[in-house]
Amino acid sequence: MAEPVIDPATFAELQDTAGAEFVGDLVATFLEEAPQMLAELRAAQSAASADRFRRAAHSLKSNANTFGALRLGEMARRLELGGLAVDTGPIDALQAEYDRVAAALQELTGG
Amino acid sequence: MAEFDPNAPAASPPHGGAPSAWGGPAATAGSRLLVADDNKVNRLLLGRSLEVLGHRVAMAENGRVALEMLRRERYDLLLLDMEMPEMTGFEVLEQMVADLQLRDLPVIVTSSLEGVAHVARCIELGADDYLPKPVNPVLLKARINSSLEKKRLRDQQKELVRRFATSEVAEDLQRSGFALGGKRIRGTVMFCDIRGFTSITEQQTPEETIELLNTFYTLMFDAITGAGGVVNQMVGDGLMSIFGAPLPLADACGSAVRAAREMIELIEMLNVERQAGGRMPLKIGIGIATGDMIAGYTGTHARATYTCIGDAVNLAARLEAHTKVAGRPILVDGDTACSLDDAHALEALGAVQLKGKAATVEVFAVSA
Repeated sequence: MAEPVIDPATFAELQDTAGAEFVGDLVATFLEEAPQMLAELRAAQSAASADRFRRAAHSLKSNANTFGALRLGEMARRLELGGLAVDTGPIDALQAEYDRVAAALQELTGG
Repeated sequence: MAEFDPNAPAASPPHGGAPSAWGGPAATAGSRLLVADDNKVNRLLLGRSLEVLGHRVAMAENGRVALEMLRRERYDLLLLDMEMPEMTGFEVLEQMVADLQLRDLPVIVTSSLEGVAHVARCIELGADDYLPKPVNPVLLKARINSSLEKKRLRDQQKELVRRFATSEVAEDLQRSGFALGGKRIRGTVMFCDIRGFTSITEQQTPEETIELLNTFYTLMFDAITGAGGVVNQMVGDGLMSIFGAPLPLADACGSAVRAAREMIELIEMLNVERQAGGRMPLKIGIGIATGDMIAGYTGTHARATYTCIGDAVNLAARLEAHTKVAGRPILVDGDTACSLDDAHALEALGAVQLKGKAATVEVFAVSA
């Protein structure tokens, strides 16, 4: 098995310091916001707006790392620093990883 | 944006029995902090972590809103994200530097922007510190406490400057920073002294003398600052004040003479009270001179005072001493006299040889 979708140590530390109940709310907020960031990423790619693309990737990276979604964070980081994607391939890959992250987070918070 | 809701589930203490990394409220707890971040997850998490530290937190979703809130209400510290729509963190920092009210507010940048250049730019723009995201709670606590402590010391310093300098000097210091050395200005200098102060002190207790001096200074400050002057030195029973520096004054001579006349008037009122209480009346002498001088901070970097240096300063001091000889309470030099309008009754006393002056000086008495 490859490394987990959510790094257990990071997530446990977040729960320990912010409180498990609060982290549950925070996850719910993330699951509401992230699809908008992914949609923005797609919109920016098709509109060829490098700045919007970079900013959307930046936001996703930041939030992914907060929850310990390290692979998602790293993928978003590559998009942030790599400039406008030439096709939707990297975004599709990011979307697939996000779906795994969302499922894992829901399971972790009992949602 | 609303305050961070203290009744939200977030307000309960961290779960789990082990001591939290946030370690509970610190000595600087209870401060009012503003979090500016466009990302909701970041905003909520940062708000939560600050609340656990015992602070009150308000939030803004972009730079423009943050700046509006900072200008509307008082905050002790700003946590600022860089990458934000409408107005970025960089723009917020730039506007804060240019704003006298916001310039000293501590800012901690929290960002996941990569590259040392970004960090350097934030620090150059006046940010106190830089915390990469995700924010480490232990570092967050340490940085916040250190920034708040620095702010407390700065506020204390400002308060000291405000109390012991004058608001004009304090503002000048805030605007241009502290630098020894001066600039050439044209201004009016006034010296004022209590006549026969030694014999007064001999007739009363030290406590009475201190009380008398406090009353005296309160009245004189009131008259001088009311007329636009700045008291820059108090020595024993005397004081020196400047009209026309550090801020220019339209009619420095007229303002100084107006202040002098009011000072005499106030002392007369005080004397009515003193004589009713069976105490000796006070007499003061005032000397005023106008001319070019160097105004600025002299001393060392550890201890300095705002003052003026020049011929007019010496002349004003000599004229003040000469009030005893002339038997007139207010004496002015020729440069001051010729700038005065008819509102002040002047009497030419002719050329006088003053101590320390090679040439004689035209002296004028102002009727109180």
